[in-house]
Amino acid sequence: MKLIIAIIKPFKLEEVRDALAASGVQGMTISEVRGFGRQKGQTEIYRGAEYTTSFVPKVRIELVVPEGQAAAAVEAIQSTASTGTIGDGKIFVLDVAQAIRIRTGELNDDAI
Amino acid sequence: MSLNTRTGKYLGWGGAAALLLLLLPNAALAQEAAAAAPTPNKGDTAWMMTSTVLVLLMILPGLALFYGGLARTKNMLSVMTQVGAAAALAMLVWVGWGYTMAFGDGGNAVIAGFGKAFLKGVTPDSTVATFSDGVVIPEYVFICFQMTFAAITLALVLGSVVERIKFAAVLVFGVVWLTIVYFPIAHMVWAGNGLFYTWEPAALDFAGGTVVHINSGVSALVACLILGKRIGYPREPMPPHSLVMTGIGTGLLWVGWFGFNAGSALEANGSAALAMINTFAATAAAGLAWMLAEKITGRKPSALGFCSGIIAGLVAITPAAGNSGPLGAIVLGAVAGIICYFAVSFLKPRLGYDDALDTFGIHGIGGIVGALGTGVVYAASLGGPSGEDYDMGGQLVVQALTVGTTIIWAAVGTAIAIFVAKLLTGLRVKEEVEREGLDLGEHGERAYNH
Repeated sequence: MKLIIAIIKPFKLEEVRDALAASGVQGMTISEVRGFGRQKGQTEIYRGAEYTTSFVPKVRIELVVPEGQAAAAVEAIQSTASTGTIGDGKIFVLDVAQAIRIRTGELNDDAI
Repeated sequence: MSLNTRTGKYLGWGGAAALLLLLLPNAALAQEAAAAAPTPNKGDTAWMMTSTVLVLLMILPGLALFYGGLARTKNMLSVMTQVGAAAALAMLVWVGWGYTMAFGDGGNAVIAGFGKAFLKGVTPDSTVATFSDGVVIPEYVFICFQMTFAAITLALVLGSVVERIKFAAVLVFGVVWLTIVYFPIAHMVWAGNGLFYTWEPAALDFAGGTVVHINSGVSALVACLILGKRIGYPREPMPPHSLVMTGIGTGLLWVGWFGFNAGSALEANGSAALAMINTFAATAAAGLAWMLAEKITGRKPSALGFCSGIIAGLVAITPAAGNSGPLGAIVLGAVAGIICYFAVSFLKPRLGYDDALDTFGIHGIGGIVGALGTGVVYAASLGGPSGEDYDMGGQLVVQALTVGTTIIWAAVGTAIAIFVAKLLTGLRVKEEVEREGLDLGEHGERAYNH
């Protein structure tokens, strides 16, 4: 099993979700996060006060897939989340030792 | 009783006869006595009751939302509570000794007599004269109308000291400040025997540019200088937590301001109508002018800039509301919008004081622009309601003297009031309360639980 963590631009979320669902992914968890990479923050001005926000809003997607599905899922995210500009985000793939479905106690591939 | 005369009116509408009235301060009183006890007109009375609650709308929820939105999330409730409690306190103090100090019978050029303490002797049949011969309104209505002015002025001052001043300190400061600063200045500007009113020519202040705006702005500046900066200012980002609320507050302030300005005619008449059109025109010009100034200085035309310009325009037109033609009002509003923009965007950062919500930058600076500008736009040659023989130079000298006296009075009085509050309450919250937010530390609540 593989854990895929993708940090993407927030407005790409629905597109990525649809592409992942089409590739056979059964579920995912998302959270709203902030961070920085090569993309610079924005400048905000309130009357005399000027602030540069160094953290940019992103969406973080986490999903666990069986070994054989990982490549297709990564490809789905990479192709739909890309706009070709800086700040498109990153995808990380990690090995997962165990997965358990809480309701039934099923393990690993049966649990995801 | 001889309540004030917001001078402009007499000069504007009465022509030569009114000029004579000005020269004889007691003429109005004498005429009133000669006429057989006039009865209040129901239309005037209804309009003044409406105006009074419109000014209350400016405070709650208008100013509370305007200021609250500019504060940080952790201080939202403390700002709303300070504004609300200060206004409530001012209402009680006004009934107690405020009204009599400002508008009671007798007294001197600085305060009136104490005969009407706790509204002694006022009945539903009591009336006060307005600006037209033989026209009166119930005294209780006048008391309430003026009460809301005292309430909003104290609430305005707090804009510079929020996010760090103790709630208890606000209350102590409020009682002292109203007593030694607000009531005397209101008396000096508006009472028949008040200092600025008896000058020749009398100072022009239609709806309280001096009493409310220069006064609150200068007091706010002095208060925040003594109190000190917020922890982290200006290093840490302190952006407004909700410009949506500030926008809603701006709208409520503008709507309420028609009670403030047009209500200051004390009658439902042509003078109130002039104040009304000017409160539209000057304000609209100022909101757009502020954003234009942003654009010209290389920034984006901003929502907060629009809101700030609106307030600057309202402040500037306050003394000129019934003392200007609509075109003069547009120019005055635009000038105020631009000058206040530079004051809060460049002057404040350069000087480094922490006037948290820019009470001085908008009410103080805008009030001074308005007070001096009133002397200009009043001229008949510029579309104003003055007589033909208007002496602009002489009027401007009086306007400047009024501004100068108010600045000094407000500054000294505020310093005293703040030191009294410091002595009794410690003035400033503990560092951990300031970091955690005054909502939790001072009131035991959070604004948003989600």
